[in-house]
Amino acid sequence: MRKSVLDIDNLSLEFPVYGGAVSAVNRVSLHVQEGEIVGIVGESGSAKSVTAMTAMRLLPRESFHIRSGRITLLGHDMLALDEQKLAAMRGRDVAMIFQEPLTALNPTKRVGAQMLGVIRLHTRLSEREARLHAIKLLTDMRINDAEEILQRYPFELSGGMRQRILIGLAFACSPKLLIADEPTTALDVTVQKQVLQLLRKKARELNTAILFICHDLAVVSQFCDRLYVMYAGSVVETGPTRAVLSAPQHPYTRALIRALPESARPGQALRSIRGVVPNLTDMPTGCAFQERCDHAFEACSSIPPLFSLDDEKRASACWLCEKEHAA
Amino acid sequence: MTEAPATVKRPRIDLGYFRYQLKRSPLTIVGLTMVAFVLIVVIFAPVFATHEPNAIDLRARLAPPTLDHFFGTDEVGRDIYSRILYGGRQSIAVGFFVVFLAGLTGTILGALSGLIGGRTDTIIMRLMDVVLSVPSLALILALAAALGPSLINAALAIAIVRIPFYVRLVRGQALIVREMAYVKAANTFRAGRLHILRWHILPNTLSPVIVQGTLDLGSTILLASALSFIGLGAQQPTAEWGAMVATGRNYILDQWWYSGFPGFAILFTATGFNLFGDGVRDMLDPRQKAR
Repeated sequence: MRKSVLDIDNLSLEFPVYGGAVSAVNRVSLHVQEGEIVGIVGESGSAKSVTAMTAMRLLPRESFHIRSGRITLLGHDMLALDEQKLAAMRGRDVAMIFQEPLTALNPTKRVGAQMLGVIRLHTRLSEREARLHAIKLLTDMRINDAEEILQRYPFELSGGMRQRILIGLAFACSPKLLIADEPTTALDVTVQKQVLQLLRKKARELNTAILFICHDLAVVSQFCDRLYVMYAGSVVETGPTRAVLSAPQHPYTRALIRALPESARPGQALRSIRGVVPNLTDMPTGCAFQERCDHAFEACSSIPPLFSLDDEKRASACWLCEKEHAA
Repeated sequence: MTEAPATVKRPRIDLGYFRYQLKRSPLTIVGLTMVAFVLIVVIFAPVFATHEPNAIDLRARLAPPTLDHFFGTDEVGRDIYSRILYGGRQSIAVGFFVVFLAGLTGTILGALSGLIGGRTDTIIMRLMDVVLSVPSLALILALAAALGPSLINAALAIAIVRIPFYVRLVRGQALIVREMAYVKAANTFRAGRLHILRWHILPNTLSPVIVQGTLDLGSTILLASALSFIGLGAQQPTAEWGAMVATGRNYILDQWWYSGFPGFAILFTATGFNLFGDGVRDMLDPRQKAR
């Protein structure tokens, strides 16, 4: 049995706003094991990022309220950990990569100075050793003239190059977990593929688990071992990537896959999911997807739990699954 | 066979880029030339001057421009050409002093305001609003009069009035930079405020401050001259352009050179700094770089 890196159990979180609260995360349970690449997919506002940010306690302190749940990261209770220990974990045990590589580097400082700063903050390497380490990190990211790149300013580099630098830097202290929040959305497709391959290779090498947030099913299908599909702040389906995508159990997952442009024939109108995401300040009672679902029936007016399916790791939050199992 | 250099050490400042930018903007070159000319002439005033600036020659009062007195003489026979050279030292020193003082104070206050926020921000910004709410020339006059008429006091008065512009500029920039991922990341590592200020905020606010400062030089020189013109700046017998124009005003109908040349010196210098400032802005503004 592999060790667990991140365990989120039954997490519910809301953002207090004027006259109520936005229930952003609803009873989310999510587990990442050592060396595993886990994807979270879902449309905008489905709480993919919020869930990941909460795991690292990166949300502004006063802005949210946790209604229930536990978050355990590398054996630490993340909801109780003090700021000092948190700061030590961030970047060393857990690293993050964000969507926009433009704003992640200070435009007025050379790449080398910034990398060395981060490396030396977390390690006891000397200036020289840190420099060699930085060059190794960049070389691993297939940056050929690493030494010269260290002398450059960020604006002199392309987006793909900057993102590779950041990924390299994220691996600086061989973290146990890497949270990647849409790391390739800002890149074009060919660069995206290359960056993802490097990311995956390096993660396997260091046995780093990746929590990969993405809304591109095509990317996820090639990249992740396991998948969580989120909708309106809840996990609606989970399981090994191939199983979820080839035999989706939840109507939302099915609708998502049907909506892929690849599944339409030329000349045919693209399929979409009718309706809109429910207002998170005023959630319908019961299943969040019921109003857009073609299969809604009486049971949907109460909240469906995650039903385990035949395959040990598969689960889906739909009453239909219970019906099938009962039958 | 060509030998590859072991390591490429890149220069701190890429002069080639500035040369390239300059070439595309003839007006900046004109401005730069004017500024350089004024600075050289003024700094080396003792070399270029033909007379002692304060030497009185009562035999040659209000003499028109001649080969001996290039720009003529004033009512006590002092050489106007020499006085303009020496007078420029006052005006330009005031310009740099004001920009330095206002720029430094404004940058510090603005960065603190933007970075710390909350009550500190409110207090600093409301103070600045108070300064801004009074028309600047009126405030400068009042301050200069209150401090007593001298060039240093005039400079102080101008500096105080210029501070809010830098505060606002830097605060705005600090608010933007504060939200950048690299600053947020630094925060998650519990980086100190001083580190964030020195490493992130200040370098990123430098270029707008430089632009504002360069543009301010021209108008400050103009303001200092204006204060001297109405008697709140440089005092007799110190040579200063504004003061010279003011005295020369009495003779303007018959001895045009008395006010004319110092006036032209002010015009020339202010224009030079403004053209140069515009050019610097175009060079440092990243949005302009694409063109």
